[in-house]
Amino acid sequence: MIRILGAGVAGLCLASELRARGAEVSIQDPAGAPGQHGCSWWAGGMLAPGCEGESAPEPVVRLGATSAEWWAAHGVSVTRRGTLVIAPPRDRNELNRYARLTRGHVAVGAAEIETLEPQLAQRFPAGLYFESEAHLDPRAALAQLASGFDIGMPGEHAAIRTVDCRGLAARDALTALRGVRGEMLVLRCPSVTLTRPVRLLHPRIPLYIVPRGEGVYMLGATMIENDGRGHVSARSLLELLSAAYTIDPAFGEAEVLEIGVDARPAFEDNLPRVTVRGDQVYVNGLFRHGYLMAPVLARTAADYLLSGDKGELLRED
Amino acid sequence: MQFYGETLSTRLMLGTAQYPSPAVLQAAFEASRASVATVSLRRESTGGDGQAFWALIQSLGTRLLPNTAGCHTAKEAVTTANMAREVFGTDWIKLEVIGHNDTLQPDVFALVEAAAELSSQGFKVFPYCTEDLIVAEKLLAAGCEVLMPWGAPIGSGLGLNNVHGLTRLRHEFAGIPLVIDAGLGVPSHAAQAMELGFDAVLLNTAVARAGDPVAMAGAFGAAVEAGRIAFDATPIEASDVGSASTPVVGKAFLT
Repeated sequence: MIRILGAGVAGLCLASELRARGAEVSIQDPAGAPGQHGCSWWAGGMLAPGCEGESAPEPVVRLGATSAEWWAAHGVSVTRRGTLVIAPPRDRNELNRYARLTRGHVAVGAAEIETLEPQLAQRFPAGLYFESEAHLDPRAALAQLASGFDIGMPGEHAAIRTVDCRGLAARDALTALRGVRGEMLVLRCPSVTLTRPVRLLHPRIPLYIVPRGEGVYMLGATMIENDGRGHVSARSLLELLSAAYTIDPAFGEAEVLEIGVDARPAFEDNLPRVTVRGDQVYVNGLFRHGYLMAPVLARTAADYLLSGDKGELLRED
Repeated sequence: MQFYGETLSTRLMLGTAQYPSPAVLQAAFEASRASVATVSLRRESTGGDGQAFWALIQSLGTRLLPNTAGCHTAKEAVTTANMAREVFGTDWIKLEVIGHNDTLQPDVFALVEAAAELSSQGFKVFPYCTEDLIVAEKLLAAGCEVLMPWGAPIGSGLGLNNVHGLTRLRHEFAGIPLVIDAGLGVPSHAAQAMELGFDAVLLNTAVARAGDPVAMAGAFGAAVEAGRIAFDATPIEASDVGSASTPVVGKAFLT
């Protein structure tokens, strides 16, 4: 029996991976089923390894490329419509920079944007299209994975191994973890029709918007070197909404359904990892790549737990 | 190089924002050999504990220069400076009062006002200004002992937009430490600033948002050094006519 602490995206992916390989698993989380208490709840759910290459370390781009398949294989609905990256004509340089730093895109002009996302073509004459990328609805994905398990309270257990997937709460053991604050919004705006994640480049305020269906959009996300989980700041709200308005002025009429604030657990290189310290195994540091990298860490941890293999993202303390 | 009586080991000041990760930031500082790290107080401290990030900044082993980035009025800048002094335990402050949102051009009127107020409160002010001579004069009169003229708008990477204006400023204020702050894109811009006789350069975006920030940091460090050595070596004067380095007359002519 393997006991997993934490029912966020890291713990649930590992539990699902282990069970699929025939292991007996239990999940413990004092907060119970996935919900607002965990930062997995507030994620964008983009499976966009190409785009992440703009700032993420190389292994995220390479290893994350298989994640969409993992999610689909575990019964989660994955939308494969790629990612569209745009910039206002004034920030055209940002597109050039992004193109240089990333792989897997084609340059698109007004005609192609007209086909991909007709509402954007008027304002954005140039962009980059990452055709092979995908996205999912994080809350639906968490619910799907969690549905196979009884999530119990932490306590003594006849476990042979324990894997700590507690995110930022594991700072008591993983002192190198830090929190990176993120703020996001959920808007309802039926007059806007976007069918794939759109990233708006800006020298200071980059933003992405992910369609959740039925006119609902998730807007994210700030990145602040701070682990405060308090209220959204006025500046962040202003920036997020201004960026949405730039993408489509129709967002001015949107209803603000949610304002989410949480802190992402990250290591100093922003690279997630499985840490092995004696008998104890930790899966952590998913930073802004939770849904992209949790399947990768789940495989890495399962390989170690079941066959002793030490994969690329495993570190021994 | 001395600023407000404090000696710095190198002439490069590096910002701490926008890096892909804290680990890259740390490696970039090592590669650049920057002697000063600028830090922004405003965002990272909004409610909550940014201790992990601060610990990293402190571990860089450089002199800290907090800034008032994002302030738009003198009052705001003065308040931010006071908070920064408390948090970082230094009276050095890079004074930034933004007047224009797109170019991030400083509001020089509010800048002079804030500089006077902060100087009277005992701050050692490093004002982010333009190459305007009169503004420079008023900043010195307000108590500043260092000036930080821009090369170009913050983050633009355009280099030294007004070489003649900056050269004039350098000549006019020969004894005052002058730091080119903002607008640099590539190491040759930094070398050029040093060759013109500026005392140091301050940059952030050109390193942090480069494809390989650590390599770029090293390149800037080398360029600053090269530029300063060149300045001390007294460059030749540019000339309209060519003059061969090997005289033609008397040259061995063997065929």
